[in-house]
Amino acid sequence: MATAIEFNHVSKLYRLGLVSTGTFREDIKRWWITSVQKKEDPYLTIGETNDRGTKGESQFVWALRDIDFKVEQGDVVGIIGKNGAGKSTLLKLLSKITAPTTGDIRARGRIASLLEVGTGMHPEMTGRENIYLNGAILGMTKSEITRKLDEIIDFSGCERYIDTPVKRYSSGMRVRLGFAVAAHLDPDILVVDEVLAVGDAEFQKKAIGKMQDVSQGGGRTVLFVSHNMASVRALCKNGVLLENGKTKMIGEIGSIINEYMSSMVSSENIPISEIPREGKLNNNIKYTQIQFLDFNNNSITPHTGQPLRIRVRVHVSSPGFKAATFTVTISDSMANPMLIYPSSMSTPAFNVAEGTHYFDCDIPKLPLTGGSYRVSLWCGINGVGTDHLENKIKLDVIDDDYFQYGREISANLKGKVVFDEHVWHKSE
Amino acid sequence: MAKNNNGEWTTIIRPKESLWKLNLKELWDYRDLCSLFIRRDITTAFKQTVLGPLWFIIQPTMTVLLYAVVFGNIAKIPTDGLPEPLFYLAGVSLWGYFSGCLGRARSTFTGNVNLFGKVYFPRLIVPISGLVSGLLTFGIQMLLFAVVYCVYVFGHLPGSEHLSMNYTALLFPLYVVMLAGLGLGFGIIFSSFSTKYRDIGILLNYVTSLWMYATPIIYPLSTVTDPRLKMAMQINPVTSIFEGFKYGFLGAGEFSWNWLSYSFIVMVVLLLFGTIVFNQKERNFMDTV
Repeated sequence: MATAIEFNHVSKLYRLGLVSTGTFREDIKRWWITSVQKKEDPYLTIGETNDRGTKGESQFVWALRDIDFKVEQGDVVGIIGKNGAGKSTLLKLLSKITAPTTGDIRARGRIASLLEVGTGMHPEMTGRENIYLNGAILGMTKSEITRKLDEIIDFSGCERYIDTPVKRYSSGMRVRLGFAVAAHLDPDILVVDEVLAVGDAEFQKKAIGKMQDVSQGGGRTVLFVSHNMASVRALCKNGVLLENGKTKMIGEIGSIINEYMSSMVSSENIPISEIPREGKLNNNIKYTQIQFLDFNNNSITPHTGQPLRIRVRVHVSSPGFKAATFTVTISDSMANPMLIYPSSMSTPAFNVAEGTHYFDCDIPKLPLTGGSYRVSLWCGINGVGTDHLENKIKLDVIDDDYFQYGREISANLKGKVVFDEHVWHKSE
Repeated sequence: MAKNNNGEWTTIIRPKESLWKLNLKELWDYRDLCSLFIRRDITTAFKQTVLGPLWFIIQPTMTVLLYAVVFGNIAKIPTDGLPEPLFYLAGVSLWGYFSGCLGRARSTFTGNVNLFGKVYFPRLIVPISGLVSGLLTFGIQMLLFAVVYCVYVFGHLPGSEHLSMNYTALLFPLYVVMLAGLGLGFGIIFSSFSTKYRDIGILLNYVTSLWMYATPIIYPLSTVTDPRLKMAMQINPVTSIFEGFKYGFLGAGEFSWNWLSYSFIVMVVLLLFGTIVFNQKERNFMDTV
């Protein structure tokens, strides 16, 4: 197969901080060195890798550093990475919104980029007028739009409102209209940034279906950025993992996603001894720390369907106790309990000596869907509570494919339901 | 890595392009977008207003009345013996079109950050479409000018005896093209330089308002007697256009082929220089704007 896109050692340097008199002085100096003295730009050599979390020495960072890979024609490539890894910058370079600092990008065929849906729509104009405007902005000609107009209106599902100004549309309808135009671009190369995250469940299904059609029907190349692992897995064959502006891994999507998930290190140990407790508790056994780990004891951000070990550190006061039990409860963001893991009902009670101990609660396949949850901890001796933290600890779960079936749960159920192993079959 | 033959690639994105690569073909490919931008500007100009396009007439009328009172009656600045409404209306309409083109071109980068940040199309489409949509306002004002002109001539109102039209009025389309070209040229140059330092934008607001007084709008060039001052006025490339227009339609003004040619050359140079700077700037302006 022919190569559709080729990135040749592409780098992009960004300047941090404010533009002010200081930058003006720098610009003059830079101009003097590069244009008058004909030397190399001094600022290009001092850029640092882009790590959002650490404070750097220099004001210049490499948002992308030496990106070098090829995309085959007809391939669907997922680009994944943490926030600030350089995914959007990569798409911006490919969409010609900004130019690379060094290196070049070569591509075959018409590129359409969808970094936002409904770009340039004017609220005072009708849906129909906006289809033309938005289509032309995305690179279609008038006659092309006229030819596809009925199809676009039909796909958007906004037929009734098509001659109404867009400002009267709901935000969801605007997104639908915008996506409908974009879906009919028919480019050779489609570049899509996290646009599927908007819209309701029905729309998402439609959008993913359309993307699948685009990639399967007729050798179109798709570059797709998303934080949603389920949709990346469902759509893409290959993937590129970016980390701090560099390519960390290139290859088959499954292995890329695994690599990405293992690199998602959450805040390691959450100290909890200082969090105020409810009620009167003697604190003979007291929680002092909680960690979310995988079964190899690496710190992780939990993923749906993956193993999760909740490790707690407790402090036991003198002289030690018999019959200690521990309970972890996970509630949704509205504090409705969803899962309970009580040692008193599953495991013989523990005898604990004075001092600090660790206890693990192992969940082999996390049934929570992607979202934000609250964790409660309770412990007691002979059923009498000694420590209780109610909904004080935040737990973020990243949505993933529980059943390994390439399907994603609809957005309105996320964070509200749990999965369980089951089998559906036709009864005899 | 095996490099493919460059001829096969349809798109090559490089850090820098040659200064002279203007890519007019790409502009032509996006002509539909240009016409849709024009249509957008026109259809949305007066949505949800009661008076609608009447505003195109009300605005210059009020300005002309104000000028007639302040400059004509209080300051007693002469108008070459021409009826004040016509004299001011000519200047105000021409200046309105020129400063409109300049203003739209000038805010190309700063005013379209959201759009330009999300999708690529040749950025020059935006100021170019502005030139055409500005013609709507200008056209209506020219109609107003024609109506007032007829009222004066056929109504034999005082001052109408000085009015005379001559063959140089045929240059009118050239005047419009030159105003548009000069506005576009200056505008895209300023736009390119103001992406990083907004100082330029603030400075230009000030310069534009001064520029109006350096152009024969509220006074005729003939009142400037100091030869050095007059030379300075004529170096202003729009002066010859304003004077030429008034000479052609009203019969009073200083028409000069030499100064018109000068303005034309300035326009061509500005457009060439402007497009080069603009093309260089459009590649990276998102990083600094």
